[in-house]
Amino acid sequence: MEMYDLSLIWAVIIAFGVIMYVLMDGFDLGLGILFPFAPDEDARDVMMNSVAPVWDGNETWLVLGGAGLIAAFPLVYTILLPALYLGVFLMLAGLIFRGVAFEFRFKSKRTRGWWNAAFAGGSFVAAFAQGCVVGAYIQGFETADRVYTGGAFDWLTPFSVLTGIGLVVGYTLLGATWLVLKSEGHVREWARGLIPKLLIGVLAVFVIVSLWTPWIDPGVFDRWFDHLQVIWLLPFAALLCAAGIYFATRRRREGLAFLLTLGLFIFTYLGLLVSRWPYVIPPDYTLWDAASAPESQFFILIGVLFVVPIVLTYTAWSYWVFRGKVRVGEGYH
Amino acid sequence: MALDPILLSRLQFAFVVSFHAIFPVFTIGLASYVAVLQGLYVATGNSVWDRLGLFWTKIFAVVFGMGVVSGIVMAFQFGTNWSNFSQFASNFIGPMLSYEVITAFFLEAGFLGVLLFGRHRVSPSVHFFAALMVAIGTFISAFWILATNSWMQTPQGYEIREGVLHVTSWMEAIFTPSFPYRFAHMALAAFLTGGFVVCGVSAWFLLRRRDVEAHKRALSMTMWLLLILAPLQAFVGDEHGLNTLEHQPMKIAAMEGNWETQSNVPLLLFALPDRELQANRVEIGIPNGASLILRHDPDGVVPGLKEIPVEQQQPVWIVFYSFRVMVALGVLMIAFAIAGLVLRRGGRLYTTRWFLHGLQGMSLAPFVAVLAGWFVTEIGRSPWLVYGVLSYADAVTPSLSGGMVLATLIGYVAVYAVIFWAGIYYLLKVVRQGLDELGADEEVHDADRPMRPLSATHVPFDGTTASSRS
Ligand code: HDD
Ligand code: HEM
Ligand code: HEM
Repeated sequence: MEMYDLSLIWAVIIAFGVIMYVLMDGFDLGLGILFPFAPDEDARDVMMNSVAPVWDGNETWLVLGGAGLIAAFPLVYTILLPALYLGVFLMLAGLIFRGVAFEFRFKSKRTRGWWNAAFAGGSFVAAFAQGCVVGAYIQGFETADRVYTGGAFDWLTPFSVLTGIGLVVGYTLLGATWLVLKSEGHVREWARGLIPKLLIGVLAVFVIVSLWTPWIDPGVFDRWFDHLQVIWLLPFAALLCAAGIYFATRRRREGLAFLLTLGLFIFTYLGLLVSRWPYVIPPDYTLWDAASAPESQFFILIGVLFVVPIVLTYTAWSYWVFRGKVRVGEGYH
Repeated sequence: MALDPILLSRLQFAFVVSFHAIFPVFTIGLASYVAVLQGLYVATGNSVWDRLGLFWTKIFAVVFGMGVVSGIVMAFQFGTNWSNFSQFASNFIGPMLSYEVITAFFLEAGFLGVLLFGRHRVSPSVHFFAALMVAIGTFISAFWILATNSWMQTPQGYEIREGVLHVTSWMEAIFTPSFPYRFAHMALAAFLTGGFVVCGVSAWFLLRRRDVEAHKRALSMTMWLLLILAPLQAFVGDEHGLNTLEHQPMKIAAMEGNWETQSNVPLLLFALPDRELQANRVEIGIPNGASLILRHDPDGVVPGLKEIPVEQQQPVWIVFYSFRVMVALGVLMIAFAIAGLVLRRGGRLYTTRWFLHGLQGMSLAPFVAVLAGWFVTEIGRSPWLVYGVLSYADAVTPSLSGGMVLATLIGYVAVYAVIFWAGIYYLLKVVRQGLDELGADEEVHDADRPMRPLSATHVPFDGTTASSRS
């Protein structure tokens, strides 16, 4: 076991789990945020049907993130969650409402408006809270002796509000490109029309966050302006993806536009990661400080190596079963 | 009065986990039932099974959704409110919860979509396979979470270095002494829950003479099952208690309402345990009963609560009464199962009105029994979070203020109240719709499906004959 740096392997696995979550739940949260703006109730049916068979699996990646953190980096779990206490509650409340809305909306007529609102509101709150977490993470946490010592609202600052908005707009873009891929007729045209506007929104937040981030902390500043110039490729690649989305949408290359949106997220995410690497609880603890016992990391690593490929296989199978366009009036259950 | 974050966190945990628990016990049982129905359909080609399967799948969907969203909350509770516990025990609970996610939750989630929406996209046998995978997933989930809980009750296979727990043997830590009993007891509880709900709903339809043939079959099949499971549960519960006597004697003392360690202890049917008095105010019991059950000897010695200081004693009356509620309901379940057997003669099972009305009421019984059982288990172990190792006070998140916990507690109560009532409302609505409409609905699609499912192999696995339903 000494030969391998288990903590490093785990950092890669968790980072992978988080980005899987962001990409997969991102598009269905994005659809939720777009929900109130849909042209008509038929469009809403299509939107919901396009994600109903897969949303549960998407959210399971979030649960894996939580469980994986206690298993591999317990310190992150036990500092982040108390620090974000109220934010976590808001996110969970959001996820609860949107989760049950999937079931209840289809079974209701009179109260349908309420479940539409629950789906949209829940998605918005969950996305915003997740965005705030990103901001709070870049800012760092007040700790002493391996426990969180800050206040209940430390996570809510102008910067974290900005990252919150950023993630909301980003998820919405992801949702719109997904919807173009999964729908046809007037629903698709509506979603297509949204993409350029959303793209402008994403870019605006992207630029402000990029300019702001280095000033949060001298460590981050040095990271970007001192050496390691290769990392400048990341924001550059993200911008290329953004341009690509615009042209792909104009040429009606739906699949490409969706893939490029995923690319935009991945490069931005990597950019945020390198800003703080190898600190997992900035500014005090590195990933090695936060690690659990090697025998525990090893025990669950075996499981992950054997099981996750299988999980990915049947997840892919499930997407394949439900491939193709969702038509208006096409059914639930 | 200052708000106590420990007490409030305990209340909050008890509330969210109790809320969560009522859904999994139901889904574990129901998932297996749906798998059986879909399996019967594949095997016999009789569409009654498919219609029943579709009906219960709809109910399953609502319950499962509520189970998932309330479960996601659970995954974060350990960090938000019990961060010192997580810090201390992460080397064990972390891998356990992670294994639960990768082996169980993904399995359920991956095949759930196909089970709920795939009816017209995959062949009946693939659909059955999906149902089976979801059912297996729920059991794997129960395995890991109960192993974790059992370890907290009867910890072993670990050592403590520098204030942090390290696992020395995974086998010992996963298979702790109380685990086999807890797993068996819980699995039976899940089947009893599914079984009594199915019977209750079938009884409702039989009383209204709707879809009589299908519901007769469902009722008959399930009553046979209950006839075996209900007595078995009492037996397993008894064994479970003997195991607890060995490993957590003070829990047994609270369950029996016994204060002095002594022989010839009666089995109390009714009592008013009083912690201040350190005795029971009133007692009605069967002489020597507890000694007989626990030691198989009227002179057997039963441990008493006075062995530990007052501050360490549990809220005795909750444990005492929860235990009695659970056992009383267990006995009632056995009585109903036997009454069903008697009524089979002459087919009165399907027509006896008092029995059918009773079954409707009994569909709530398992839920109450399950919660009561968990109260016994969890409150009976206080003040320990990990029995004999870590107390509540050492486990709570240090940065929490009472106000923060109170705010989220109120929040959870409000959110759950809304979705709980909405959930009940829609469940009743699905039940009231019944099979009829679904049957008519199905016929439209039988056109694009072969009549005999076993010859269905030529239908593409993923047949794109997506239906358009309204
Ligand atoms: C993985 C472990 C685990 C599992 C499967 C359960 N619990 Fe538990 N329970 C705990 C781990 C725990 C705990 C972490 O140890 C708690 C939290 C804080 C505490 O008071 O102990 C607890 C406390 C706790 C309390 C409060 C006890 C008190 O305040 O004295 C109740 C009523 C329950 N639980 C009920 C349940 C129910 C209904 C469950 C059914 C699913 C359940 N528990 C499963
Ligand atoms: C404190 C203890 C518990 C925690 C932390 C917990 C955690 C979770 C989580 C995170 C989910 C959602 C997973 C998903 O996204 O699919 C879930 C669902 C589930 N849990 Fe729990 N759980 C606990 C107690 C229990 C108990 C005691 C049982 C039963 C023995 C149980 C059985 C299930 C099952 C079968 C599901 C699947 C969803 C459903 O059937 O409704 N859990 N749990
Ligand atoms: C009829 C006789 C029964 C007996 C003698 C019995 C016995 C017990 C005992 C002794 C415990 C506590 C074990 C411990 O914490 O160490 C327990 C827990 C529990 N019981 Fe029962 N029980 C009975 C019926 C039932 C029924 C009918 C249900 C539900 C349908 C049920 C559900 C539970 C649950 C969910 C728990 C908590 C989990 C566990 O520790 O297994 N029990 N039971």
